[in-house]
Amino acid sequence: MKQITVDATRENLAKVFDFLRDALDECGASERQIRQIKLCVEEIYINIVSYAYTPGKGKALITFDTVGGIKSPPIRAVISFTDRGCPFDPLSREDPDLDLGLDETPIGGLGILIVKETMDSVSYERRNEQNIFTMIKTIDLQAG
Amino acid sequence: MKVEKSADGTAMTVALTGEVDSLNINEIEEELLKEVEGVKDLTFDMKELEYISSAGLRVLLQMQKMMKDRGSMVIRNTNEEVMGIFKVTGFVKLLNFEH
Repeated sequence: MKQITVDATRENLAKVFDFLRDALDECGASERQIRQIKLCVEEIYINIVSYAYTPGKGKALITFDTVGGIKSPPIRAVISFTDRGCPFDPLSREDPDLDLGLDETPIGGLGILIVKETMDSVSYERRNEQNIFTMIKTIDLQAG
Repeated sequence: MKVEKSADGTAMTVALTGEVDSLNINEIEEELLKEVEGVKDLTFDMKELEYISSAGLRVLLQMQKMMKDRGSMVIRNTNEEVMGIFKVTGFVKLLNFEH
């Protein structure tokens, strides 16, 4: 398992992206899939930056693991986010109504909607005063 | 990421290239708001756009609301991957797409 702990700031998204890119390259993920997973990682990480510690500061731990492998395909990427911020379950809110007009469409909730639609599965738990959000995606290996 | 602009009277085309994410969105937003001053017809060319997160969607929504009262806003040449994001989030119904 690989992991990175960062101060939960917007600028540190760059470090999180580098961490993810290295891990996914090692798995042999396609560029398209790297972009898909990166998008979900951005949405969840920015949620932590925006809500977990406001107005204070804190850290975010991101872990990357795989299950399965060449001998027992498929390979699944398991990515977890842990913070010690206030309890927040992003899965508890209702999906935004996509049929509202331009003026009523809420911008909140779109990120988590993208994550739910893109990943194979997502889960949240509150444990030891920590928010733990986990998402899993099957890796399509690069052609060749 | 690169924002390229070409203007023709009150019409302007903005080509977004590369990635629009939470790291560069503030810079992009600031530049767009400055450049579209006086523009009535705004076109986004997304041919070279590979990635957009909800941070970028927020700015597009804001631009659409602004341009609605002034003239028009159109999005062109979106690739299949980026279009997938517009579909999942319902933005296909909120923005005007041309191919």
